[in-house]
Amino acid sequence: MAYAHTVAGTNWRFATLRELLAKASPLRSGDLLASVAAGSAAERVAAQCALAEVPLRQFLKEAVVPYEQDDVTRLCIDTHDATAFAPVAHLTVGDFRDWLLGPAADTEVLTALAPGLLPEMVAAVSKLMRLQDLILVARKCSVVTRFRNTIGLPGHLAVRLQPNHPTDDLRGIAAATLDGLLLGSGDAVIGINPAGDDLQTFVGLWQMLDEIIQRYGIPTQSCVLTHVTQQLRGIEAGAPVDLVFQSIGGTEATNVSFGVTLAVLQEAREAALSLGRGTVGNHVMYFETGQGSALSANAHHGVDQQTIEARAYGVARHFQPFLVNSVVGFIGPEYLYDGKQIIRAGLEDHFCGKLLGVPHGVDICHTTHAEADFDDMDALLTLLGTAGVNFIMGIPGADDVMLNYQSTSFHDALYLRELLGLKRAPEFAQWLEGVRLADRDGRVLTATAEHPLLGMMAPRELP
Amino acid sequence: MSELVRSLRSFTAARIGLQAAGQSLATREVLQLAQDHALARDAVHATFDTEPLQTALAAMGHPVQSVKSLAADRATYLRRPDFGRQLGAEDAATLSASQLPGSPQPAVVVVIADGLSAAAPGAHALPLIRELAALSPARWANVPVVLAKQARVALGDAVGVALQAQLVLVLIGERPGMSAHDSLGAYLTYAPQPGRTDAERNCVSNIRPQGLGYAQAAHQLHWLVEQARSRGVTGIELKDESGPAPLHIGAPPANIGA
Repeated sequence: MAYAHTVAGTNWRFATLRELLAKASPLRSGDLLASVAAGSAAERVAAQCALAEVPLRQFLKEAVVPYEQDDVTRLCIDTHDATAFAPVAHLTVGDFRDWLLGPAADTEVLTALAPGLLPEMVAAVSKLMRLQDLILVARKCSVVTRFRNTIGLPGHLAVRLQPNHPTDDLRGIAAATLDGLLLGSGDAVIGINPAGDDLQTFVGLWQMLDEIIQRYGIPTQSCVLTHVTQQLRGIEAGAPVDLVFQSIGGTEATNVSFGVTLAVLQEAREAALSLGRGTVGNHVMYFETGQGSALSANAHHGVDQQTIEARAYGVARHFQPFLVNSVVGFIGPEYLYDGKQIIRAGLEDHFCGKLLGVPHGVDICHTTHAEADFDDMDALLTLLGTAGVNFIMGIPGADDVMLNYQSTSFHDALYLRELLGLKRAPEFAQWLEGVRLADRDGRVLTATAEHPLLGMMAPRELP
Repeated sequence: MSELVRSLRSFTAARIGLQAAGQSLATREVLQLAQDHALARDAVHATFDTEPLQTALAAMGHPVQSVKSLAADRATYLRRPDFGRQLGAEDAATLSASQLPGSPQPAVVVVIADGLSAAAPGAHALPLIRELAALSPARWANVPVVLAKQARVALGDAVGVALQAQLVLVLIGERPGMSAHDSLGAYLTYAPQPGRTDAERNCVSNIRPQGLGYAQAAHQLHWLVEQARSRGVTGIELKDESGPAPLHIGAPPANIGA
């Protein structure tokens, strides 16, 4: 099917849905690099106008990546829930935007709708939305997940405590973990990106985090963010693995570049479930994604990076994850050039994830070679807080000394809580109050030098 | 409390125990972050001044040439990594012409590139090459050097082809972070040619006196070069088993900032 629209006397034509989506996408450097972006502002708005007229049903007939060539397309089409789709099946993309903003689309209706939406439908409508629309609709979505605590309740915000160290030094990681806990972070997960790549190192990290969580009775979960196959080996070796992590993308070829298949992800989920380590629920997977990964792997099939990103959430939701995290500014300026592009992408990702039923958090971040700074991070942080983001990162001073990029800090999370009245995961908040690290309103209290938690730094307690 | 946690900084370079104002960061902490961010930003956009390197390397007896990638300026370089991987046609021809017909294929060519931090090669390339030359004069004392502006790692492949080198060693500025804005990375590629992937290279990173010291880096790189030559491969099939550098070998440590 061909698509067309006339703007100021010029008739713009788009041969495929794939081309239409790409040219309707708000400007970003990655789509220019891939040579799929609109060539002018007029062409972009013509594509948006044409896209608004496309029936949602068309997305079930015209795949942007061929069904025969790609297991992500097959997964999304084969698991599409036609009954859930029925309430919006008669709408065009433009009408769908209007419907999402209206009172009929409340939390309950949107939750029921999620399995009926394809990632491409959600990406399409996001391209017709301004930031305020992305925020307002995402805020109506609620995706709640459970393992040792409950993440994603309305009015709540969780934080991944990210205590990375350039040489995986256990006491260095323990020191950063202590700093985060004392500042009320760590309810989403205590998650380490290891520098090394050997199993013995990982086992040491799993054991130390498990000992901290058990000893102090902290209602949270740990994760070592290495390749999924290493985590499977860890489980086989008897390591105390809570959440299983993997980076994923929106095409089969992207996932191959990450060294994973859908079957491996399924195997990992079953292995984690077999350990039965969750206490209030059984969401065991933690996925990370980011616009540009498919292009970076030369696996984008001519599809724009935002649509591919939404397809990654189509993969994620199949495995009922505890956390899904878009690492929005990490990939660099050739994909998201500046603060403006990073801010828009972060809100798009969160909107698409939530509408598809994914427990979405965002690593609000930038690298020093992007045209961005901490003001841009503050803007995105504040906007995502109002949009109801499930979780953000907590890193000492927002400076990750292992991955060498700038994210959000423990103090940034405290700022957002104070500004918007956002609470921690209930189980974690109760623990924090019980050990006198926070008052009843969730404000952090200054611990004394005798506080038991400081015992985690004693050398004898490290494995 | 923050003082108590701050005392744990002996275990990590992470910014733990920051001083607060209310629940936000205190002025001195915000200004420290701003300062470290500013240094990194300036490093990204600094121009690579190759002249001091050119002069020093020529005086040491190295054949030295200068090239530019297809990225005309920093803004293009940041948006188009593919341009940063390609040599201009003129530079490629000049390099090829410098390789006299019938002359032996060079075992190693060193490319010194700005990458994302011109400060890194400016500060650390020369001390590292001196360290290598001290380790094995036969291998390194007269090694050809190409200085490359607006360059990515893979530009070394194009240089390697033009000079018909068996191995290319790219010394390049790593992406500046808030803790270090002048880290040097070293990438070694056997049988360089365009299209090589990162999996086909060996990397030694964070080379700077406060990170991986020159002597240790030189020890690792020399070991990798000799192994690559005897096994005919670099990348994931060549695992770095060089171990620690012998303490008594190597040039005296260069002054920081020299």
